[in-house]
Amino acid sequence: MNRTYILLGLILAVLLVLPLMLSKYMLGIFIMMYYYAYLGQSWNVLTGYTGHISLGHALYVGIGAYTSVFLAQRYGLSPWIGMFAGGVLASLIGLFLGFLGFRFGLRGVYFVILTIAFAEITRLIVSHIDALGSFTGIFLDFNPSFKNFQFKGNIPYYYISLGFMVMSLIVVRILETSKAGRFMVAIREDEEAAKALGVNTFKYNMFAIAVSAFMTSLGGCFYANYIFYLHPNTMFGMSLNIELILRPIVGGLGTLFGPVVGSFILTPLSEVSRAYFAKGGMEGLHLVIYGIITILVVLFMPKGIIVYLKKWLKPILSKE
Amino acid sequence: MDSALALQLLIQGILLGGVYGLIALGLSLIFGVMGVINFAHGQIMVMGMYASYWIFVLLGIDPYVSLVAVAAIIFVLGYAIQYLVVNRILDYPEAMQVLPLVSTGLILENIALLLWGPDHRSPQTALGLDSIWMGPVMVDTSRVIAFSLAILITGLIFLFLKKTTMGKRIRAASDNRTGAVLVGINVDRINNFSFGLGAATTAAAGCLLVPIMPISPYIAHDFTTAAFIVVILGGMGNLPGAMAGGLVLGVAESLSTLVLPATLKQVVSFTLLIIIILFRPQGLFGGKK
Repeated sequence: MNRTYILLGLILAVLLVLPLMLSKYMLGIFIMMYYYAYLGQSWNVLTGYTGHISLGHALYVGIGAYTSVFLAQRYGLSPWIGMFAGGVLASLIGLFLGFLGFRFGLRGVYFVILTIAFAEITRLIVSHIDALGSFTGIFLDFNPSFKNFQFKGNIPYYYISLGFMVMSLIVVRILETSKAGRFMVAIREDEEAAKALGVNTFKYNMFAIAVSAFMTSLGGCFYANYIFYLHPNTMFGMSLNIELILRPIVGGLGTLFGPVVGSFILTPLSEVSRAYFAKGGMEGLHLVIYGIITILVVLFMPKGIIVYLKKWLKPILSKE
Repeated sequence: MDSALALQLLIQGILLGGVYGLIALGLSLIFGVMGVINFAHGQIMVMGMYASYWIFVLLGIDPYVSLVAVAAIIFVLGYAIQYLVVNRILDYPEAMQVLPLVSTGLILENIALLLWGPDHRSPQTALGLDSIWMGPVMVDTSRVIAFSLAILITGLIFLFLKKTTMGKRIRAASDNRTGAVLVGINVDRINNFSFGLGAATTAAAGCLLVPIMPISPYIAHDFTTAAFIVVILGGMGNLPGAMAGGLVLGVAESLSTLVLPATLKQVVSFTLLIIIILFRPQGLFGGKK
């Protein structure tokens, strides 16, 4: 069979046995790698494939996190179920945003600003709802059990986050080869032309935003139960909006493995340099470096690192 | 509702709105010439605020006096950003234009954090706490000065754009890039200069804010978004619209505190923004593009 699948299988096998030899700290870095690859992939569904730029995806992360935690604390509902409630809610809000954006034909920067506005309004409103912890945020009680989505140690989180990432790859792969995925790419390349050829662009834009919002919000539920603390500024804030889009763009926008490649490069870099510089009292330096790297990548490899990776892997993968 | 309070808020809104207008003027200028949205706008302004703050703390020069020097420093910063980053991305698709500027903002914000820490700093300037009575309402002197200077600077920039050769070149490049190239204008230099001018404008606005509000690296985002809102209210690339939009936003935010907690005033401005981009995307006063 295709050598690409063999290579991917090998990588997955390595990732599956990796926890046996990693320290807790290293596991944490891998979890963040998978988590951001997953979020980046979810964002990629909308922006990478249809070309509508969202700079407000933290909105869905926050909805997923807050909904599942609220349902768990108030009604004792397992986050495994609450997660999907959050997903549905995020999709509905995504559809509402999409309805406004696509019905009114907002393009480019206007759509970007609409997404920022939605995220910021939600952040401000959540900051004023007492039932959601308002300004102080919500602390989660630690009751480890499978039902509670809470575990001792990092290993279960490692496998869950890896599972999330692999699932997202499968979903996007299926999407890519489906009719809907092809229509989405047609919209990205030229929305008017796609419409002229009879593609119901509104329908497929709405489809993309609903899937993207749903997927993103599941990530939020995971993150909430991993760090045990929710705050409106970290769950809905601008810095998450930015964090979320860096990796897929650096890796390769609108490609299946772009978000993963981007996350595997940027996340360890950010986590390690953050810890290193914070020790030396240089809080913030890691983000400066991070910013410089992303600018360099966009300036000199605008199609993302994946293009170079593919070129480099070609001799290995194409020998038959 | 207390009418004296409402009047007070109205006047405060107008005064702050003038400064918003000046911030947005810089953003609109950059958009008008290059067609890019400067996602680092607030961060550039905060750099100007810190420059002004340190000149005051170290040399004892009042922010109103150091304004010209600060604008010159930030002009160089803006020129450098355009030269190093923005000139290379002008032909990119929009998604790829957003990221380098967002990253530029991230870099500036964290340089400020690294150098000066996260604490809020508010210098005790000469007029910081003075206030004057305007009829039945009392207003801070520093806000009145900020408003007057904002209007004055806006006027000077219009004069510059109308009367000087450089200003005419900028307007030419903004009206029609290809046409400007054809008549022999070095558009790359115009780009650098325009970004520099836009940055200097927002830095000047920052200086005016130094006596009014505490400085911290984290206030930058709010000003970036406020500048977007104002520019969209006024119409993208419409320079007089930026000033008018600033006043609208200032008044809307200020009056909203009559019915909402002050921390929710941005909900009003974002809602206003959404309504405008849906129903009048060219802005209240018409725009470019």
